[in-house]
Amino acid sequence: MRTNASKWLKTLYAQRQLVVLSLPVLFLLVFNYYPLWGWLIAFQDYKIGKNLTLFQQKWVGLDNFISIFTDSRFYSALVNTMGMGLLKIIFSYLFTLTLAVLINEIRLLRFKKAVQTISYLPHFVSWVVAANLLFVVFSPDNGIINLILMRLGIIDQTIPFMGMPSIFWLVVAFSEVWKSSGYGAIIYLSAMTAIDPVLYESADIDGAGRVRKIFSVTLPSIMPTVKILLVLTIGRLLSVGFEQVYLLRTAMTMSTGTTLEIYIYEFALRYAQYSKGAALSIFNSAISLALIFISHMTLKYFDQEGVF
Amino acid sequence: MTLSAKRADAIFDVINTVTLLFVCICTLYPFMNAVAVSLNDSTDSIRGGIYLLPRAPTIKNYIYILRDTPTIPHASFVSAARALAGTAVSVPLTLMLAYVLTRRDFILRGVITKLVVVTMYVSGGLVPIFLSYRILGLMNSFWVYVLPGAISAFNVLVMRSYLAGIPYDLVESAKLDGASEYRILFTVMLPLAMPVIATIGLFVSVTQWNQWFDTMLYNSGAKNLSTLQYELKKVLDSSQGMTSDAIAVEAAASTGQEVYRVTSISLRAAMTIISTVPIVCVYPFLQKYFVKGLTLGAVKG
Repeated sequence: MRTNASKWLKTLYAQRQLVVLSLPVLFLLVFNYYPLWGWLIAFQDYKIGKNLTLFQQKWVGLDNFISIFTDSRFYSALVNTMGMGLLKIIFSYLFTLTLAVLINEIRLLRFKKAVQTISYLPHFVSWVVAANLLFVVFSPDNGIINLILMRLGIIDQTIPFMGMPSIFWLVVAFSEVWKSSGYGAIIYLSAMTAIDPVLYESADIDGAGRVRKIFSVTLPSIMPTVKILLVLTIGRLLSVGFEQVYLLRTAMTMSTGTTLEIYIYEFALRYAQYSKGAALSIFNSAISLALIFISHMTLKYFDQEGVF
Repeated sequence: MTLSAKRADAIFDVINTVTLLFVCICTLYPFMNAVAVSLNDSTDSIRGGIYLLPRAPTIKNYIYILRDTPTIPHASFVSAARALAGTAVSVPLTLMLAYVLTRRDFILRGVITKLVVVTMYVSGGLVPIFLSYRILGLMNSFWVYVLPGAISAFNVLVMRSYLAGIPYDLVESAKLDGASEYRILFTVMLPLAMPVIATIGLFVSVTQWNQWFDTMLYNSGAKNLSTLQYELKKVLDSSQGMTSDAIAVEAAASTGQEVYRVTSISLRAAMTIISTVPIVCVYPFLQKYFVKGLTLGAVKG
């Protein structure tokens, strides 16, 4: 043992320059790992500004968790989070894949590049910008969507899209499609460039048209990527995106627009309920981790079964 | 191929082109509308009905916002400063860490890899992080913009998978020549890693420029640390009547006899454009880099 340890230290000393280059890991220790002490306050009645050390605070066991789980607001936030998460996954999945297929079919290289460049733009602007733009577009007075629907005679009264609790989840899913489809398509497009041209040539010989080739060559070829990404998104079911929902939400859509993360934020920081906020964070992390674990296990299982 | 099959393909091309043009219009229209409104006379905009072109063209909105409100130029300056400082701190640190993670002989490689990867899945959560940053003295300080996000696991892994593609022989032969690790990193690896450095630089600077939540959470008490995105967020709130501390949305200014009022509609449009322009100036030119970087990160990360 001793020789092992001294050998280890010797190597470490010999690699001291690499150790110096590893120092940025201190940032993770300070800003990512150090805050984990805060999980302890979930089991306390934590009060700020009383000059108490962490261990002088009042310990309350699982009281915070019990009071969270008996609060109906928690369950409505959970339902909202999962509903939005599911809708977002379905919509952005279908649109991203369709967009990638359509872009892949463009023959004019310049047009293809232009479409791609344009489609990336919303991804790079902030959600603040995106929300401001979407509020204008959906506005009941003078918004373009209402204008078009009115002109086409589809509706005879303007619809306040952003103020309707019943469609708020759809608004979130739609905004996700608008903002991230183009960027998300990158991954499929790169999978498509890896398809062997011979497959398309033999499809030509068999007399397959463009549409046929999409369904018989392109889509089957990128199926592994599609499946992997789908399984991985299950792990993100609860991370609906704080900024997006928080900014798109209005006073009218509180009931369907409060996700777990927003609930934590408002509950914890606005009403100084630090302990309950920490308890909620722990719950959120635990479920997210479980989902990620499940999705990774699924991936591994499929891999062994040769589903991909 | 038969004639009818050829015709079917041609029809497909037309439908495809039209669909994609429609997608492009849907993507761009909100921005074009904001440009039109921001370049339209402010009082006239209240009447509504401006879609793609300004009805009463003027650049006064921009002039008044950038010259006569003290808040927005300063907030833009803070946003630019954090983008620059954030990138300057984050990129070299990410490169260093990514490099040691490619060194198969490095004795701490396994431990550090785990430390990096775990942060992708485990976070202290809002309250613990908030309380910790308070203790660390990061409230009402510029550093809260730069330091906490300096190392991101995703960026480290993207950078690492790129560096791992550079032939290891280069490192070995440099070592045989007696080069120090620092020298290997900065004179051998760095020039070869420029594409991924550009990608990470883009990611970091755009993320920094777009941040508003940390301003609200940590620096809402320090007016001189407000960012452009946070100011724009306040405009969003005030237009929904949800806030009490919105900035003065009517920047009335008198020049000679004339009084020009910047209404919230114009303010919102102009600020949206001001915060979009720098992004439009940067990302199209780095496209080939981030497309490559993203694909690598997704496949191997």
